[in-house]
Amino acid sequence: MTGFDLAAILTNPDYVAMLLHGIEMTFVIAIGSWLLAMTLAILLLAIRFSPGRFGNWFVAGYVSYHRNVPTLVQLMLWYFGIFTLMPDWLTYWLAGHNAEAIFAVIGLGLCQAAYFSEDLRSGLRSVGPGQMEAARALGHGYLSAMRFVLIPQGVRNALPPLINHSVSLFKNSSLGVVIGASELTHAVKEIENLSFQTFEIYLVGTVLYLFFSLLIMAGGAYVTMRADPAWRARA
Amino acid sequence: MISDILAIIHDYWLLLLIGQYPNGPLGGLANTLILSALSIALAFPISIVLALARLSKWPMLRWPVTVLVYVTRGVPLLMLILWSYFLVPLLTGANVPSFITMLTTLVVYQGAFLSEVVRAGIVALGNGQMDAGRALGHSYLGTMRYIILPQALYNMIPSILSTFVSTIKDTTLGYVINVPDLTFAASQVNNQLLTQPFQVFLILALVYYVICWSLTYAAHRLERRITRRRAGLAGVRLAAVIAPTKIVSEQS
Repeated sequence: MTGFDLAAILTNPDYVAMLLHGIEMTFVIAIGSWLLAMTLAILLLAIRFSPGRFGNWFVAGYVSYHRNVPTLVQLMLWYFGIFTLMPDWLTYWLAGHNAEAIFAVIGLGLCQAAYFSEDLRSGLRSVGPGQMEAARALGHGYLSAMRFVLIPQGVRNALPPLINHSVSLFKNSSLGVVIGASELTHAVKEIENLSFQTFEIYLVGTVLYLFFSLLIMAGGAYVTMRADPAWRARA
Repeated sequence: MISDILAIIHDYWLLLLIGQYPNGPLGGLANTLILSALSIALAFPISIVLALARLSKWPMLRWPVTVLVYVTRGVPLLMLILWSYFLVPLLTGANVPSFITMLTTLVVYQGAFLSEVVRAGIVALGNGQMDAGRALGHSYLGTMRYIILPQALYNMIPSILSTFVSTIKDTTLGYVINVPDLTFAASQVNNQLLTQPFQVFLILALVYYVICWSLTYAAHRLERRITRRRAGLAGVRLAAVIAPTKIVSEQS
């Protein structure tokens, strides 16, 4: 092993290209699964708030499964298991369209939806029944009370856990490496195999992950501050 | 489908339960549970020290721990596992089994995470306890040891249990460095069968589900009991929900 030589990696155009591609895929997977998760979470929440016991059970089961089974096992079940049960035409199509990344998005998105919907639900629950009654008394309909009174407050309450779980989601995108998605961790391991500069490339990978995670945390803190009525009243 | 699953369980339950134990290293579910229990047992005392350091008035103690906590919060566990896989043999100069590598990673990771749980528990108690302890003649550490920590840790039992659940889920990542745990055993079964990956991984998911669900359920029961106790309502049946102690939990 030679001495510490960060420049050897950062000036090698091949390695830089691999790192950039890794970062790009990490963001494709993280943002793709975030959007999928948020859409599903809102859908799950709507089912949970609508009358009928069956929907409630379904959502409770969904959330329970996705929170109690390790994310890695969920990804493996999707990629090694469900992938093989799909009809041939779909398998071919997926294999030609970066199936690893697609299943990473599906697996992480479905899993995260359970966390997001629980965050939103506990945010909405903490608003309290008085708000709904007051809004109805003032002449709002159910939906309009939801839209103008409950949801703004509920989402504000849910922001801190939502941001924490968004950071987790970003970190969990690294699990894609297990099913072969070519994201940042994958790029790091590949460069390690080519350059044998394990320490340097792990350092680069760690700093990159840390940078983006802290960026998400800081962005989240800013959004939380902006959403605070005290801050708005001051502005 | 169901008969396939039952056949797999019938043929491979011993491998899934203890790996190739008498003829090889202990593995399977037993190893998963031992690994998680050991990690939590070792991470717990470390987390108390880290929490005290983070609450210290000396920046020399506070800063390094704050950095450690932010690094473990901001870097994927997978990356930390790769680091240990590379560093632990280098630093110890020995051929370290992957079990120890994984244990080291989990102790650092969960230690840093639990320290936040413990810190939250201490902060939630409020200043009055410390002031009262000091006024009664205890030293700072004496108040911590005899007054603050017993209460804080008791209130934190549900959170510690839920950290245990996330540790069990985190052990699956040992798969990338071939730790012989339940996930590893399942992929061995899958490699022997080749034709039924869905059934094998479904069994794997179900086993994890049963274990983690029961522990989460236990954590919630405990949480309710502790909340009632703190409100001074032990043994009283109440319909109304009292403000619950927050389970701090992490996802994995």
